[in-house]
Amino acid sequence: MFSIEDVRLDRGERTVLTGINLELGEHRIGIIGANGAGKSSFARLLNGLVLPTEGSVSIDGLNTRRDAKAVRRKVGFLFQNPDNQVVYPTVGEDLAFGLKGRGLSKSEIAERVTRTLQRFSLAGFEDRLVHELSGGERQMVALAGVMILQPEWLVLDEPTTLLDRRNTKTIMEAVGNLDQHVILVTHDLSLLDRFDRVLVFEAGRVVADAPPKEAIAAYLRIVE
Amino acid sequence: MSTRDIVLIALFAALMAALGAFPPLMIPAIGVPITAQSMGPMLAGGIIGAKRGALSMLLFVALVAVGLPLLPGGRGGLAIFAGPTAGFILGWIVAAFVIGLIVERFWRKLNFVIAFLATIVGGVGILYAIGIPWIALVGGVPFNTAFTGSLAFIPGDLIKAGLAAAAIVMVKRAYPMITPAGDEAWRAARPDVFD
Amino acid sequence: MIAGLYRPGDSPIHRLKAAWKLAALLLLGTVLLSLPSLWLAGLSLLAVMLGYAVAGFGVGVMEKQIKPVAVILIILFAAQLWLESLAGGILLLLRFTTLILAAGLVTLTTRTSDLVASIERGLSPLGRLGVDVSRISLAISLAIRFIPAVGQIVSDVREAQIARGRRPSPLTLVVPVIIRLLKMADAVAEAIDARS
Repeated sequence: MFSIEDVRLDRGERTVLTGINLELGEHRIGIIGANGAGKSSFARLLNGLVLPTEGSVSIDGLNTRRDAKAVRRKVGFLFQNPDNQVVYPTVGEDLAFGLKGRGLSKSEIAERVTRTLQRFSLAGFEDRLVHELSGGERQMVALAGVMILQPEWLVLDEPTTLLDRRNTKTIMEAVGNLDQHVILVTHDLSLLDRFDRVLVFEAGRVVADAPPKEAIAAYLRIVE
Repeated sequence: MSTRDIVLIALFAALMAALGAFPPLMIPAIGVPITAQSMGPMLAGGIIGAKRGALSMLLFVALVAVGLPLLPGGRGGLAIFAGPTAGFILGWIVAAFVIGLIVERFWRKLNFVIAFLATIVGGVGILYAIGIPWIALVGGVPFNTAFTGSLAFIPGDLIKAGLAAAAIVMVKRAYPMITPAGDEAWRAARPDVFD
Repeated sequence: MIAGLYRPGDSPIHRLKAAWKLAALLLLGTVLLSLPSLWLAGLSLLAVMLGYAVAGFGVGVMEKQIKPVAVILIILFAAQLWLESLAGGILLLLRFTTLILAAGLVTLTTRTSDLVASIERGLSPLGRLGVDVSRISLAISLAIRFIPAVGQIVSDVREAQIARGRRPSPLTLVVPVIIRLLKMADAVAEAIDARS
């Protein structure tokens, strides 16, 4: 359960988010809003990549400011562009990267890499060069690189924006199959059909918080 | 050293590799090819500063040494360091450091003239001060001979110093990297990074 | 990984550990440069050429190692001849040819990843001095990972300028590329932090 209390976020002179009070515990949560509404900054507050100027963000009693490391272990984050997220030359090395420094033996790491590759339809990709993969495959590698760390929550910041229809479907199916809690920031409203709850951001505030149908209707009223 | 420092060091080493793949410029009046790669140390020092710039050059030199063909013409490997001109390659590390020091020192009033002086002092002066004695020493020739032999490259290097200085000043205006207050302050000042 | 200069093979030299090859190269260099003997230099050259034969490389491969420095070697030889003696010139040629060929042989017969691994092992004592060696490995991997990406950015920027009817100059190419890199650095650093 995320508790977001009286959060304000400034960046330089500009206030990006203000007056945010939320409890998030649902299995599938969507976040929508126009460009610059504060969605991405909000997503980054959730795992402590960005700290609030005022107020607090915590998950299960762990504060993003105080317990940064523990929060990041609980909350995985998938970015829009896999090219920035996949940092090792080969797929296998990249998956192993996050596991280093967690006291696992070499064979345990190798075993978990193999298992994760299978789970995300990447079996046999271990020695493939990342820069030779397609955009969809790279995003799948990025997702696998996050999920191998076994977080309890996964925050996704527009993970399908750079992908075509087919790859969007593949990635969203993989995300849909996760047991973990998912918080998805997206412009693609069709992805939210079966979500439990959708937040609408506008000018740094939450202006609607409802099941998908009502939230999307509210969003369309704002932008159109 | 922050994660961002490590990433910047790696990206500027990768930029060196990309510069090595630029086709060399032939200026008939000078007679020697001008390669874009030696702009790399000037850009690294002048844009990400002395320490990170020098480390990015060290990283690049190490990648060449372990056998990646990243020098112009796809050259690389340990053989480069056994040759007589190795001083010019190793000198990149020091050149980037010195250029970075000068640019950091005059950061607030940095303009093209200061940046040009920095790239000339570091990217030409320091580089030759290492490269030429190196040839003289390992090649067993007098310093003067080695110096005369290297003169042909100086016009090209001055052109590169000018280009790099212009780039340093332009990048500073668009995206200043060397700030005294460190990461957080300028991250906060750059909201667009996340939008 | 981008293709290195390594040439696969199964010779004894290929199979020799990277650290041994590096140590041998260092020893050869030290001995050659400290003892000015024509005989020693000539024998070393023969030994290294024998090494090429054992590794299965022909004369063409050797030629490729020497060619990039051939011109400067000839100039240095001429300078020696003129200022010192014929023997001095020959010694210089033998020394350089031997060292360049020997260093090239190490590169040709050793995988880049093995050399990186021996660098990391060689640096590990620094860990006790408070240097975080895992950050050095991260930097090496990141650079190798991003070399093709930076090349891609360069060609993107070049295409965008050509599409707008401009012939890209070094300056109009380098500045936008660097700004893209600096923005990318923030995103990459953030993604690394999110996973650690």
